[in-house]
Amino acid sequence: MEINDIIKPENCVYKKPTLLNDTNMHYCPGCSHGVVHKLIAEILEEKGWGDKAIGVSPVGCAVFAYKYVDIDWVEAAHGRAPALATAIKRLQPDKLVFTYQGDGDLAAIGTGETIHAANRGENIAIIFINNAIYGMTGGQMAPTTLLGMKTATTPYGRRVDLNGYPLAISELVAHLDGSCYVTRQSVHTPAAVRKAKAAIIHAFENSMAGKGTSLVEIVSTCNAGWKMTPAQANDWMVEHMFKKYPIGDLKNE
Amino acid sequence: MKEEVRLMKGNEALAHAMIRYGADGYFGYPITPQSEVLETLEAEMPWESTGMVVVQAESELASINMVYGGAACGKAVVTSSSSPGISLMQEGISYLAASELPALIVNVMRGGPGLGTIHPSQADYFQAVKGGGHGDYRLITLAPSSVQEMCDFVGLAWDLSFKYRTVAMILADGIVGQMMEKVVLPPQRPRRTDEEIRKQCPWALTGAKGRKPNVISSLELDTAQMERNNERFQRTYREIEKNEVRVEMLDVDDCDYLLVAFGSMARICQKVMENAREEGLKLGLIRPITLWPFPYEQIKNAAKKAKGILVVELDAGQMIEDVKLAVECKVDVEHYGRLGGIVPNPDEVLDALKEKVINKKK
Ligand SMILES: Cc1ncc(C[n+]2csc(CCOP(=O)(O)OP(=O)(O)O)c2C)c(N)n1
Ligand SMILES: [Mg+2]
Repeated sequence: MEINDIIKPENCVYKKPTLLNDTNMHYCPGCSHGVVHKLIAEILEEKGWGDKAIGVSPVGCAVFAYKYVDIDWVEAAHGRAPALATAIKRLQPDKLVFTYQGDGDLAAIGTGETIHAANRGENIAIIFINNAIYGMTGGQMAPTTLLGMKTATTPYGRRVDLNGYPLAISELVAHLDGSCYVTRQSVHTPAAVRKAKAAIIHAFENSMAGKGTSLVEIVSTCNAGWKMTPAQANDWMVEHMFKKYPIGDLKNE
Repeated sequence: MKEEVRLMKGNEALAHAMIRYGADGYFGYPITPQSEVLETLEAEMPWESTGMVVVQAESELASINMVYGGAACGKAVVTSSSSPGISLMQEGISYLAASELPALIVNVMRGGPGLGTIHPSQADYFQAVKGGGHGDYRLITLAPSSVQEMCDFVGLAWDLSFKYRTVAMILADGIVGQMMEKVVLPPQRPRRTDEEIRKQCPWALTGAKGRKPNVISSLELDTAQMERNNERFQRTYREIEKNEVRVEMLDVDDCDYLLVAFGSMARICQKVMENAREEGLKLGLIRPITLWPFPYEQIKNAAKKAKGILVVELDAGQMIEDVKLAVECKVDVEHYGRLGGIVPNPDEVLDALKEKVINKKK
């Protein structure tokens, strides 16, 4: 059989969501950001939420999220996405409002906005890409960097006496009365991708239903920042990251 | 709500004006001497009457970024604070300017630097008119000198801000915020409908229904495009400079010496003029209402006949730099200011005029 005999509409079992446009992504091969972008586009399209959604992109590798997913977006200052989302959702309660943030954005410079938006129970969904590093600025230590992990600013490994402990911010958010759904997922296998998708759908549904703040942490790889191949990065994540950041629901109300 | 005459503080007038001029959202954090703005809004509960959203944020960082989010939706949004809080907002203000979003920011100035004092000051003049945040941007800066103007300038600021897609600031000082005067509150201007917002602000984030997605971003890595963006901002600023200068001139055609002052200091200078006339000394007063765009031409023309100028400010000499630029060294320009929250009385201003300007001439 020729390849052209196979590529026919009736044989199509899977296709790229149309909300994910054809712009070349700037992400490194192996990075988790691209997979999560695709999930968001897929969900918005399947649920018919594309014209209701307003996304807030961060400062970090995902700063250009708005170039790839064809919905309304605003690009926030570093760490402030939940403050923007607060106002957007309060002023347009019928919209699906979500932020998309890295660990530096959400758990270092923007910790205050994260905690207080969740504590007020803002009806927003927060998609949190925890790759344990500052990807965009060249691989410096993040609040989530594991002990012993080498980064550009911890060249001999993260040390408690110098750098303190890795911050499990999802556990913190789960403690707040305003959060309704806090979960930790990953996208390193097809099964994990399907679970992450279900989690994001649930978070988006909560935003639409006005149930409070949802946080979906995606434990992610940054193979470029970690200086590994994509396959090594996946293995390293499973072996090391999942210990500190175990996969599963922390809260589901 | 109909037009209404009330006695109230400048800060309270700000809050009532926000509601009556159809604000969609206020986001703020308490700080003296302007906490009455948030307090009045919470007491008025506008979410029950007009549907206006009021949020007490966790910091000024959060409030300015809530304003950023709301402004991106084409909503009429506002925050107010006093000097230290406004310093904290500078990154957000720069983002708003770069994204060409309309928004209103109120600074009821107190003395600095640092935590400084809760007493009145005008020392944030440079920060407001020369750009306190990073990059080449300008704020339309209105300086009220009465409780009535605290009210009126809310409406004016929004109109200008939406017209030019440029952030507007009301730069008041602690005196104008705290003093009580009669004020005529305007009748209720209805909040714009979603349809009206979509029409007025086709760029706004309203959900990409039946149109291409809208993106609000201040980021542009293509340097050629970034230069074009900056040139576009500058063209808007030139347009504003051409059209929107506002200034009040009192007795400038028939005076020996000129006073230049804004906000509360202009009120004190009016008393100085009265006292001086009793002594047979003719003074004129120029009160810039827009601090940016600054009334350079008006001051230049008025100064032609003057023997000297005293700039009176609650700071160590900031607006005087613009007055000097205006008169191009053709007239002697001196400064008198009190610092640290102290407000001068009319007698000491008149003495300063005699000592620094009139007698210096002899
Ligand atoms: C106020 C401010 N401080 C610092 C920076 C520089 N900066 C850009 S991205 C970034 C870190 C992003 O890391 P993270 O949020 O983990 O996202 P990632 O790139 O890893 O996805 C920093 C520090 C900035 N843009 N703004
Ligand atoms: Mg990161």
